[in-house]
Amino acid sequence: MFKIITSVIARDLKLAMRRQADIVSALFFFIIVVSLFPLGIGPEPDLLRKLAPGVLWVAALLATMLSLPRMFADDHRDGTLEQLALAPHPLGMVITGKVIAHWLVSGLPLAMIAPVLGIQFDLSSDALLVLTGAILLGTPALSGIGAIGAALTLGLRGGGVLLSLLVLPLYIPVLIFGAGAVDATVSGLGGEGHLSLLAAMTLAAIGFAPWASAAALKIALE
Amino acid sequence: MLEADNLECVRGERRLFAGLSFTLEGGELLYLQGRNGAGKTSLLRMLIGLLPPEAGEIRWQGEAIHRQADAFRAELCYLGHLNAIKEELTPLENLLASAHLAGESLSEDDALDALEQVGLAGREDLACKYLSQGQKRRVSLARLVKEQRALWVLDEPFVALDVAAVDWLAGLISAHLQRGGLAVMTTHQPVAIPAGTVRELRIG
Amino acid sequence: MNDRFNLYRFASPATFYPLAGRMIPWFAAAAVLFGLAGLYLGMLVAPTDFQQGEGYRIIFIHVPTSWMSMFIYLVMAFWAAIGLAFNTRLSGMMAQALAPTGALMAFLSLWTGALWGKPMWGAWWVWDARLTSELILLFLYIGYMALVAAIDDPRRADKAGGVLLLVGVVNVPIIYFSVKWWNTLHQGSSVNLTKSSMAETMLWGMLLMALSFWMYSIAVALTRARTLMLERERHTDWVKAELAETQR
Repeated sequence: MFKIITSVIARDLKLAMRRQADIVSALFFFIIVVSLFPLGIGPEPDLLRKLAPGVLWVAALLATMLSLPRMFADDHRDGTLEQLALAPHPLGMVITGKVIAHWLVSGLPLAMIAPVLGIQFDLSSDALLVLTGAILLGTPALSGIGAIGAALTLGLRGGGVLLSLLVLPLYIPVLIFGAGAVDATVSGLGGEGHLSLLAAMTLAAIGFAPWASAAALKIALE
Repeated sequence: MLEADNLECVRGERRLFAGLSFTLEGGELLYLQGRNGAGKTSLLRMLIGLLPPEAGEIRWQGEAIHRQADAFRAELCYLGHLNAIKEELTPLENLLASAHLAGESLSEDDALDALEQVGLAGREDLACKYLSQGQKRRVSLARLVKEQRALWVLDEPFVALDVAAVDWLAGLISAHLQRGGLAVMTTHQPVAIPAGTVRELRIG
Repeated sequence: MNDRFNLYRFASPATFYPLAGRMIPWFAAAAVLFGLAGLYLGMLVAPTDFQQGEGYRIIFIHVPTSWMSMFIYLVMAFWAAIGLAFNTRLSGMMAQALAPTGALMAFLSLWTGALWGKPMWGAWWVWDARLTSELILLFLYIGYMALVAAIDDPRRADKAGGVLLLVGVVNVPIIYFSVKWWNTLHQGSSVNLTKSSMAETMLWGMLLMALSFWMYSIAVALTRARTLMLERERHTDWVKAELAETQR
């Protein structure tokens, strides 16, 4: 049963490695958006420190959105999605694999680069640590919820814009607690409460979202 | 045994067919015929369980397919009009990946052997985007070489193949029927399948 | 499937269409009656608030529209669940017919909230937990309508919209509580809108207005559902008969 998940992850990672430009461009999008804020706001360290959690998280949401439309679209176009749907396993398991693979190539790199960008915003080392942890814990939920949107908008005109319309409101709790964790650390309250709530959301999203996406994909494949 | 019972298909606002029934036993091949847009592909997608019929039921070994989803799909092999191969992967990787995702264990030797049979020897390690249309189709067909599943559903399998490859594929389908397998396929060019019982169904 | 269960008879558009047509005038009349009574209580009977003066009377629109905007989303999710579980044609149409009314209610609630906020807080918009949640609810409505509009095949639109509604309804409480928590962390508790010392006449006024908006929503949604039915089933015999009837 779990072999199908690892098979899907292995395949998607191999494909992503053959197309590294996609991963790198989403990552640079993240870097550029975050770097634009100080230029728009001004270089005062106090202000930047206050804005950093929100700016980094909003940029992370947008960077995740960039790679979502292709989650199923490529497989749909060449017919492999049908074959995945016909595999003798529940479709939710297949999608769990795809969600994990998506996180490995989109969320994980964001978490790796986030502390470097945090330094630009004059965050303390504690805050940097919490920022990395929050992005690590929160981005799997983004991939999971995003999979539902990607499945619902599969093959539609203007799917990318529609996808952000559907998915971004659902990302709000992750944004609030992700940025809240860093905020609480900066103000000395401690971000553990936020982090555990983020972890809970991610678990719920990983458990629930693939099955909702499976229902949506079956509709799209009819 | 595959049974279709009183199937009805509606796409958009058009009723493509209604009251369609047939029974297919082991060793039999069903040719679906009909003009473009008659609903041949829709019927195939119903048979593999991707498209729920408007009315009627499809049964595999006497039980409705939507009630035994996983078990039915484990005996099903579907080739659509899309090749279902990844351009970035090599023919060998494609073959192995599709076998693994279908829940089968295919050894690398078997995969290489299959690729040789479809005439892709020497191309195993070339990314599929560098192959011609016909060669891509052969990568897709290579799945059938080692395929032991009972029901083959093939959508236009002879498209983009040269004469030699058409004969080879006809032989492969014959061998499948001789083993007691079932096959349903659509095709525009009539191809003689040497063995098994061939039945025809005209839609629309 | 159609004759297994008696209720399915009402789920068939051919049966439901005339039934809805007979029901609409009654709901519309109820909306007008409740509305007049509610406005009378709210505008003329309810006492002037000693803190907020006459301006507070906008809550007779604001509170009922907020209630309705949330309630309609729940009703849409209910229809979505029915539609996905039993594959009935009517459910998707009902969900689609309700969506614009729900969005209108959310919009009215935001608009009246802003009108009320200006004299109360000195700003058109404050990031109050309730206003923010209402805004997100409006986004959810817009997302649903955009998704349904982007799908050409009505069956797929119904089902995909249904999945989105169910995902949304699971998320609404999570969003609401996270926004509430965010709000208390950043601002401290804002002005409490529903004071416990609310006069009884005010409560009655609000309830009557809520009933009025409820009846209005049903009447409008049924009208829209009837239009959707005619549009989708325009090739069926019953629609042709129906149209021939009206032309005569």
